[in-house]
Amino acid sequence: MSNQVKLLQGNEACVEGAVLAGVRFFAGYPITPSTEIAEGMARRLPRIGGRFIQMEDEIASMAAIIGASCAGSKSMTATSGPGFSLMQENLGYAYITETPCVVVDVQRGGPSTGLPTKISQSDTMQAAYGTHGDYYAIVLAPSSVEESLHLTVKAVNYSEMYRTPVIVLLDEVLGHMREKVVIPALDEIEVQERRRPAVPPDWYKHYAITATGVSAMASFGEGYRFNVTGLTHDELGFPTAVPREIKAMLDKLKDKVVKNADAIAEFESTEMDDDPKVAILSYGIVSRAAKQAVAMAREQRLKVGAIRPKTIWPLSESKVRDLLKPVRQLIVAELNQGQLINMVKQCIDRNHTELIPLQKYDGELITPSEILHKIKEVKHHAN
Amino acid sequence: MQTKSDIVHHYLRPKKKFPHVWCSGCGLGVILGSLIRSIDALQMPKDDIVVCSGIGCSSRLPVYIDFNTLHTTHGRAIAFATGVKFSNPRLKVIVVTGDGDCLAIGGNHFIHACRRNIDITVILVNNWIYGMTGGQFSPTTPTGKIGSTAPYGNIEQTFDPTKLAIAAGAAYVARSTVYHVDQLDKMIKGGLEKKGFSVVEVISNCHTYFGRLNKEGDAVEMLTWMKAHAMPIQAARKLPPEKMEGKFVTGLLHDEEKQEYCDRYAQLSEDLMKKTEARP
Amino acid sequence: MKTKEKQVTGSDRYEIRLSGSGGQGLILAGVMLAEAVGTIDGRNVAQTQSYGPEARGGASRADVVISDDEISYPKAMKLDLLLALTQEACDSYYHDLKEDGTLIIDSHMVTQPPTPRCYGFPFVQLAKSEIGVAMVANVVSLGTICELTGIVSKQALTEVVRRRAPRGTEEKNLKALELGFQIAKNVKK
Repeated sequence: MSNQVKLLQGNEACVEGAVLAGVRFFAGYPITPSTEIAEGMARRLPRIGGRFIQMEDEIASMAAIIGASCAGSKSMTATSGPGFSLMQENLGYAYITETPCVVVDVQRGGPSTGLPTKISQSDTMQAAYGTHGDYYAIVLAPSSVEESLHLTVKAVNYSEMYRTPVIVLLDEVLGHMREKVVIPALDEIEVQERRRPAVPPDWYKHYAITATGVSAMASFGEGYRFNVTGLTHDELGFPTAVPREIKAMLDKLKDKVVKNADAIAEFESTEMDDDPKVAILSYGIVSRAAKQAVAMAREQRLKVGAIRPKTIWPLSESKVRDLLKPVRQLIVAELNQGQLINMVKQCIDRNHTELIPLQKYDGELITPSEILHKIKEVKHHAN
Repeated sequence: MQTKSDIVHHYLRPKKKFPHVWCSGCGLGVILGSLIRSIDALQMPKDDIVVCSGIGCSSRLPVYIDFNTLHTTHGRAIAFATGVKFSNPRLKVIVVTGDGDCLAIGGNHFIHACRRNIDITVILVNNWIYGMTGGQFSPTTPTGKIGSTAPYGNIEQTFDPTKLAIAAGAAYVARSTVYHVDQLDKMIKGGLEKKGFSVVEVISNCHTYFGRLNKEGDAVEMLTWMKAHAMPIQAARKLPPEKMEGKFVTGLLHDEEKQEYCDRYAQLSEDLMKKTEARP
Repeated sequence: MKTKEKQVTGSDRYEIRLSGSGGQGLILAGVMLAEAVGTIDGRNVAQTQSYGPEARGGASRADVVISDDEISYPKAMKLDLLLALTQEACDSYYHDLKEDGTLIIDSHMVTQPPTPRCYGFPFVQLAKSEIGVAMVANVVSLGTICELTGIVSKQALTEVVRRRAPRGTEEKNLKALELGFQIAKNVKK
């Protein structure tokens, strides 16, 4: 089958990716700038045997996709800041019950209603740490329309492989901008399914402690008849107050993400081969400005590179250290008051690499000249 | 022959979390038994039943029974249940919830599930109080009654959840009490058989908090009150309003045939897929 | 410094802004142009737009960045071409145009052009008189852009206009496109 080339918005590319990855259940609530995802799902899903439902709010949307996942569907919702805040409690429920699902957050300015039609990256920390309790998120962030498709596929895969919610962070500009996308054929993409139990129902433990940290998962209606609860539970899924079992459950939530961080965390490097001492770290659409700025700087014989995490969380410490080996000054460019820089701080050697913030939070996308200006400033001080 | 207690034991989770968390004399044990008898009477396979709940005393019920069970967040059980049912309409989905869980924090989900008429049975355990958190007033606490957060008497109006459900579009609405066990079995069975959104409100006793705070006595005294104040709908219809003063109506309050949500979506989906196939 | 930046953003990268007021169909025109260039002519393209209340009545704009290389920054930095259908749009965006960039204006609506070195066509009036609906002025202007710059192939643009035109208006839109080609050709002569 020949590949289709389409001009799509970032939001529309998410829909394509979700459908390719096997998402057949979507529950959502309208909110700018994410609505095109719900609209796309409402059109597509009933045509391919999937199910779309518009819920009464984002709390219910999050609840419905978890319920659907327990019943065996790959499920997804999409929202923006205010809705993402409403989803947090049930998102926590998905973490503790280890229920696969994907949440796309198309970021706009906040807090509260903030800037519904303007760009921001101020949900960065919320995506990783938004709900209460100890848990470890997986957060992916595409930087182009085409990558919005591919990282949505990856998000669905990770959610199934690790039995956990996965967050995809878009933003207003990426969600609405249009670029050319090659829609891959189904046999060209890798699609993962959750591991099914290989034991008879009597032996089944919904939260079995395993070497990989990930348990097999049965669906409702298959004869396993297990209990799912948001209370801290034992391996069978029954509430527990036994200290040993409490710790085991929390370690499991942590280990399955943290121990796999090297496999999950991905980076893109631009002009890093000649070991530049100055580099820019940014994610999502901002990295496109950074790349342009690096090209401009290189034209002016300024040795500088760019690093882009495709995975905001977990950040693999070993990979970050490796990438930053030559870098003495790292400009962290982001559309907020310093959320990514805070997360990066945790996994770098600050005696080796100085972090330099470049923060814009006026509703506009950062420009290549603004980054170039910062590069020059940093270079000037270094000399 | 199987005794009623044999039936109940067949459906309980063996070796699991007994003794239960409820106070002795709590109406929830009666409701648990009634739900099991209703399911048994209909010979529904255990594997096909999903029982969802939220947070509160009543929401602990699913953990004791041998079905697929989903104990969720406060107020959201119906929204989770909607996801389960819509994802796999073959499953029989039941929600067990309380007056605080369903009508305060979960009120919006309740209304909209009624409106969609999705095939879920809600067993709404109404004991007029928040039990698990220690006796705060709820949306059904009668005006003037005491709760720990209404120490001088509740100044708010109450909801009638059955009227709310009927107005919002539920297909089947009934009320019974933990005293009227035979009627309760019948109402729950009817709800389970109904294709569409069914609501069974069960008046239950929280003698530990409501009874104690309002000097309404122990479990037996509260059950006696139910016996004296419940009026079956057939009888209530014949009575003049002044004779109904202080009483409440029980029985099947509303039963309506209308298209169910999952069926309607399946039809839409099938039509669209036919159209897509027909196109070259 | 300025010339060096120009090299990077220069020869290959081509930036277009279609501007006017909300309701003139400029976002649709931007989508049509991007789709023709991207999916049929096979070049890289990024299309962005002003989004918000102003998209319904106030100033409206769609940006299209075209390149054979990968497009890093997706938004316009220095315009190679500005289409302005209103005076307000022209005043707002003229300063984003490169010194040697192309300015195309609606000659009836933009009564005070910022420079004499521009192409002026009465797009809205022509759409009304020749096609019968002012709504297709967006497509007329796409035709002139195509003819004057060659940034998009006629065949690709024609196909996309046919595909994207609101149902029932295909013929009118194709006629509008032809009209756009024609008036630009006359100027070039």
